Amino acid sequence: MSIVTVQLGQCGNQIGHEVFSALCSDIRGTHGLCSKKENESYQDSCKERFFCEEESAVPVARAVLVDMEPKVISQALSMAASSGLWKYSSRSHFCQKQGSGNNWANGYCVHGPRHKEAIMDLVQTEAERCDRLGGFFTIMSMAGGTGSGLGAFVTQCLRDAFPTSFILNHVIWPYGTGEVIVQNYNSVLTLSHLYHSSDGLLVHENDVIHKICAQLMNIKQISFRDVNQVIAHQLGSVFQPTHPAGGGSGYSRNPLGDLMETLVPHPEFRMLGLRNIPQMPENSLPYSTFSWPGLIKHLRQMLIANAQMEEGIDWQVRPPQPGSSIPSTNKPLHFNTSIANLVILRGKDVHSVDLGSFQDPSLYTSWLNPQDAFNAWRTPRAFNRYEKSAALVSNSQFLLKPLDSIVGKAWNMFASKAYLHQYTKFGIQEEDFLDCFTTLEQVISSYTNL
Amino acid sequence: AVSLPFAVGQCGNQVGCRFWDLALREHAAVNKKGIYDEALSSFFRNIDTRSGDNGPDIYKGKICSLKARALLIDMEEGVVNEILQGPLRDVFDSKQLITDVSGSGNNWAVGHKIYGCQYQENIVEKLRKTAEHCDCLQCFFIIHSMGGGTGSGLGTFVLNLLEEEFPEVYRFVTSVYPSGEDDVITSPYNSVLAMKELNEHADCVLPIENESLFEIVNKIHQMINSGKLGSTVKQNSLVTSSAGSAKTLQEKPFDAMNNIVANLLLNLTSSARFEGSLNMDLNEISMNLVPFPRLHYLVSSLTPLYTLADVNVPSRRLDQMFSDAFSRDHQLIQADPKHSLYLACALLVRGNVQVSDLRRNIERLKPSLHFVSWNQEGWKTGLCSVPPVGHSHSLLALANNTCVKPTFIELKDRFMKLYKKKAHLHHYLRVDGMEQSCFSEAISSLSDLIEEYNELDATKGGPRIDPSRLKIAV
Repeated sequence: MSIVTVQLGQCGNQIGHEVFSALCSDIRGTHGLCSKKENESYQDSCKERFFCEEESAVPVARAVLVDMEPKVISQALSMAASSGLWKYSSRSHFCQKQGSGNNWANGYCVHGPRHKEAIMDLVQTEAERCDRLGGFFTIMSMAGGTGSGLGAFVTQCLRDAFPTSFILNHVIWPYGTGEVIVQNYNSVLTLSHLYHSSDGLLVHENDVIHKICAQLMNIKQISFRDVNQVIAHQLGSVFQPTHPAGGGSGYSRNPLGDLMETLVPHPEFRMLGLRNIPQMPENSLPYSTFSWPGLIKHLRQMLIANAQMEEGIDWQVRPPQPGSSIPSTNKPLHFNTSIANLVILRGKDVHSVDLGSFQDPSLYTSWLNPQDAFNAWRTPRAFNRYEKSAALVSNSQFLLKPLDSIVGKAWNMFASKAYLHQYTKFGIQEEDFLDCFTTLEQVISSYTNL
Repeated sequence: AVSLPFAVGQCGNQVGCRFWDLALREHAAVNKKGIYDEALSSFFRNIDTRSGDNGPDIYKGKICSLKARALLIDMEEGVVNEILQGPLRDVFDSKQLITDVSGSGNNWAVGHKIYGCQYQENIVEKLRKTAEHCDCLQCFFIIHSMGGGTGSGLGTFVLNLLEEEFPEVYRFVTSVYPSGEDDVITSPYNSVLAMKELNEHADCVLPIENESLFEIVNKIHQMINSGKLGSTVKQNSLVTSSAGSAKTLQEKPFDAMNNIVANLLLNLTSSARFEGSLNMDLNEISMNLVPFPRLHYLVSSLTPLYTLADVNVPSRRLDQMFSDAFSRDHQLIQADPKHSLYLACALLVRGNVQVSDLRRNIERLKPSLHFVSWNQEGWKTGLCSVPPVGHSHSLLALANNTCVKPTFIELKDRFMKLYKKKAHLHHYLRVDGMEQSCFSEAISSLSDLIEEYNELDATKGGPRIDPSRLKIAV
């Protein structure tokens, strides 16, 4: 099954480009560390999922590029083409000239309806190019105007036009200390709207990735390109082919569907966080060795202690004692309660890895069976030159604090009515804001009371 | 997306002239292949002159003849004629000029009411023609001074026209405010009358004061002469001179001062024209820096003002650029943002600067700055990959800060001094359409604005009480 990626706004298009580059580079690599047959199967599966191999010499990404100004798309198209390894279709992009001005209302109320037909035509074309459509993956930031506002509108259109398809929104959360002054307003509006039309929100926070770049990747002068490459690596580690949980020799055919099924059992809980281990500079790889027990132990503690990466983990945090019924208010501080988790293992000896520690019922809320709350996907094919790597996609309290912080700051600004005239000018009124705040406070409350 | 500058009056056109010169040089430095690209099209049209001067527009391919997208308006001919005889003569054609002979006599009313009325149709027609050639018109820039008659009066009349004819296009105004020692006695009248128009019809105003420009120019001159740190001013540094020679600073101070304002406009539009990892368009500036409609006055600073001899500047020099952007003597008006209250701040960086450099400096400088309680992280940032000619990186800071207040208060004081004695009022009142109420409304508008800043200042340093959040029934 194939996934159609929709890249929205500057962030979405910059990241999208890095994702396709990473996927392509991974399948071309000769470091699969597995049998030739396995490797070929992996490559075929990846290509079917993300690329189209029609008449052209290089794989063509299954993507629709949307932006309200031309420079970023233009760059993405030319960088892909000049790589010689893959490219975007020349007819899969839509752009305008004037931008959205970081104004969610402009993106949602003005650009959305105005350009709906043109954008959805492109999506339809791309969807029809798939033998079997496995769903949509949208990439957007929630801080600006296009990715956030137009992105929310497009997601709704996707839902309306493809009611039975899966939609996963990849949302980038901006740096806490500002890239855009009205980012918290744009974020509140985006998240509340996505909650109604999307199946799941997979989140990356710039602050977290920045730390990974600084402390794990040892990059001195971190650029957005560096950040985006780490994000692309993490996404690749989730979406490259794997064997399904139940075993079986073929690669899983329905990654988005499987993801939603395992991780989003209840519509109130859609926020998914992502962690990856190990993460290090490429030139350190040949000198490092890993053991699965070590990786799994770290990953589990990252989950429990809500650590952002494998350094600085708080090992003191422990799950609550089993057997006793504990009201959520008495749970140990800093303990991250999960609804559902998915671990993805890639590389050498994956089938021997013991993941029992992730099935510990004390990690989870009581309303799902631990067998249903935890799933694992595996493949012996190593990813991106890492001999062994593990990814965790988690529906847990990972994002509770950042979400609460964003809503708090937005509310603080809203109470002073600052910037509201910029939104009402384009059709978003105070009552609309209030509805969005209510939706998100509800989400915060739900996650808090796990 | 196109930005359309209007230069109105003597000051406006002198700055405008510098601006077009620098814009051409900037694009020439970047555009090596001579292809007419998206970046060029934001300021210039490409004409096929083989069909005469009114040739058709060429949208792609090689550069044939560039024409500036602009309107030059002056009620005297001197400055505009000089432009038309100078090196920029081929960049403009007569259809973009609106001139008269006698000037406005430093009288806002003459500029606004008399010439406004007289030239309204002409201006609208030329405006519409110019707009027709634009694929996507995003923003108008008005460049003018506040203290005279044409720039101030006719300039604000044009502002009104723009709002009527193209309500959706942003209106940015670069206004040169008169100093206390301004030799035009009625400059306070002209400025306050113009202020009312700016309050009501501009989206963003960038106030500039000649004193600040002069001080900055002197500082650069001192740096050259002192040979400090072995620094030399590169011949082609666009900040200091038009002729390429730093020695001309003393001879033609206005040229150097106008260069600074021209650079301000270039840097402001750089991220809209050139690529970068975090683009910042003009409509984003308006969106992020104007929390309430009338509080749209932005204090600007440009750093560094000199080039250093070495191109690979180590990080700490980079950090110095950020520090300087907040210092009192780098602001383009006489103001000290550090000791006043920030409502919002934008940083537009050009050149080889990455997001980590930006973050490091914001973290470092934040503690010494006061931000309003509802906007503690009020930073808007942009990264443009292309540096200005002659520099490896540069920073433009725009602050919505209560430090503009003293400028307005002084203006009000100077106005009142004249107004109380009814000095020179008859020159204005004899103009058709002018009444005493124009003056009282104008000063009232200014007073209200000052009061809004006062109210904000009163909140500074006060206790921070976050409003309570919505409660959800569990």
